[in-house]
Amino acid sequence: MTDATGGTNATGGPGAQGVPGAAPGPAGARGSGGSGASGADGAETERRVRVVLVDDHRMFRTGVQAEIGETARTGVEVVGEAADVDQAVTVITATRPEVVLLDVHLPGGGGVEVLRRSASLMADQDRPVRFLALSVSDAAEDVIGVIRGGARGYVTKTITGTDLVDAIFRVSEGDAVFSPRLAGFVLDAFASTDAPPVDEDLDRLTQREREVLRLIARGYAYKEIAKQLFISVKTVESHVSAVLRKLQLSNRHELTRWATARRLV
Amino acid sequence: MTAAVPPTAPEPPPRKLYRSAEGRLLGGVARGLAGHLGLPVAWVRIVFIALFMAEGFGALVYALFWFIVPLGVGGVETTAGRPLTAVGPDGRRRILARRPERGQIIALVALLVGTGIFVQGFQLGRANTYIWPLLLIGAGVALFWRQADNARRAQWVELSRSKRVLPLARGATGVVLVAAGVSGIVVLQGSAKHLGAVLQAALAVLVGIALLVGPYVVRMTQDLSEERLMRIRAQERAEVAAHVHDSVLHTLTLIQRSAEDPREVARLARAQERELRAWLYRPEGTGKDEAEEPDTLAEAVKKTAAEVEDHHGVPIEVVVVGDCPLDEKLGAQIQAAREAMVNAAKYGGDGGAVQVFAEVEGATVFISVRDRGPGFDVDAVPEDRMGVRESIIGRMQRNGGTARLRSAPDGGTEVELEMERAATT
Repeated sequence: MTDATGGTNATGGPGAQGVPGAAPGPAGARGSGGSGASGADGAETERRVRVVLVDDHRMFRTGVQAEIGETARTGVEVVGEAADVDQAVTVITATRPEVVLLDVHLPGGGGVEVLRRSASLMADQDRPVRFLALSVSDAAEDVIGVIRGGARGYVTKTITGTDLVDAIFRVSEGDAVFSPRLAGFVLDAFASTDAPPVDEDLDRLTQREREVLRLIARGYAYKEIAKQLFISVKTVESHVSAVLRKLQLSNRHELTRWATARRLV
Repeated sequence: MTAAVPPTAPEPPPRKLYRSAEGRLLGGVARGLAGHLGLPVAWVRIVFIALFMAEGFGALVYALFWFIVPLGVGGVETTAGRPLTAVGPDGRRRILARRPERGQIIALVALLVGTGIFVQGFQLGRANTYIWPLLLIGAGVALFWRQADNARRAQWVELSRSKRVLPLARGATGVVLVAAGVSGIVVLQGSAKHLGAVLQAALAVLVGIALLVGPYVVRMTQDLSEERLMRIRAQERAEVAAHVHDSVLHTLTLIQRSAEDPREVARLARAQERELRAWLYRPEGTGKDEAEEPDTLAEAVKKTAAEVEDHHGVPIEVVVVGDCPLDEKLGAQIQAAREAMVNAAKYGGDGGAVQVFAEVEGATVFISVRDRGPGFDVDAVPEDRMGVRESIIGRMQRNGGTARLRSAPDGGTEVELEMERAATT
């Protein structure tokens, strides 16, 4: 995602040129888990996902736009962009995208603030707006912060275009997307401590969930995890979603500590 | 708090008038003036005493100076020829605390004698009765202010905690002296009969003022110390920022120079990114440099990955869960992991980033290294190639751990290293 060349039109649409190197990866690269549309080749891409980019760095927006915005190929349609919190809320409310790519660090209160002010849109029954956090940050409280704020996933900006498209589709279907690093943080946060769990259901990960997270942290794609554990990709997804739910609702003190650091509780 | 002063002597600043915190008798006015005017201290003092004889004019001038001129580090060198400051073990300058010298005591005696003569010189009859109370008040005020100066000086000089009582005692003595002087005047003016009532009234007023102003003063002190803390933090941040900016600029320069070598560019960028992250996201913000020897597993894994990354120009993503101190067995495990990373970078680096995962769970330390390269068959490796067999599998077994090599489900190779650590936590 770092090889963004400037000069592409930032309005997206079919006119946007792809960037060399953003071609779909070969088979064997992290593909989609088989559910929904895959970003490759556009053969089965009937679905369109409407996306809003929120990032305060114009160059980065342009780069993402160039990598994923070619709707005919990727199935992703960038319908709006924003560079700060107020703009983001306005654009998201106006365009009602399915997925928002949200930068964690934003002028005007950060990604968390956008999430807070879009709560009603996220909770919408018919057409919920879903958020995928995108950041260069490695700070645990940032990552855990946006997840607790309601984002359905977290990826770093070094992600390849193919994987990003894949993640966008996953999130649009209501699944969760964890980067290896996020999986590591979650394992850390739920590590066995002496503190008794406040809520048995929320404060503990099951053995299976732990295994899935461990494999994500080791760099496995969902499909690979499914093979490894002899379960279906759907099951992997439901495990990850369960972890996400725990992450958002648990009152474990490590999580609360991270959350209070970002004043989220 | 002492401000860090660079060891190289800076340009001498334009001379400002300060009251000297060093080698002073009362308020350091004379010494400060002497330093400012470039005269010997004794001369200035003599002039003041002479003025003092002249209807007490000197006292007025001195008092004015004392109130207006800020206390500072200035004036002339101390008589003993000791430096005013010493560079402490942390490379910061500290002002040396001083002991009263004999010269000072002599001077004080001279001052008292002078005062006596001055008082004798008054032929004012009734007014004479005011002199002693006034002198008492003066002495009290002097003591008190002197103490206030010391409190300011304590910002520069690290006073030991055990001396906390003395300043309080001195301040209190000053207050008592002033009170005695004031009462003296009251007594002399009126009669001793009213003294009790006057004292009570005075006490009531004082208590009232204390109640009104006390909380405010306390809060202000807290605010001040908080503000000072913030300033120190800001200074630290600025230093870090400066360092980071420098190294980023260096890297950018190097990248421009080696623009035709994409591997080198990638390597430089990754190295810089790592450094930046270390500064930004390291807990407590105190960065260990990569050069330092790590003493925990997480640090060791990250450092190893960084070295391999630098050397082979293949990005290595590291995720560490949990942490523990390093021991000998873990050192061997790190070495084996390094070999695995090198292999992954060499033979599987074209498939994208190498993913390293380390986890400490109880007494077990698990490290996996996976690449997305073409993969390889461990049994197909010729006997004479000792790389994997010796440096990874053999090393782990000799230290009581296990190593497994396998092909990852969707291509690539994965090395899993497991070790029981000796230490218990």
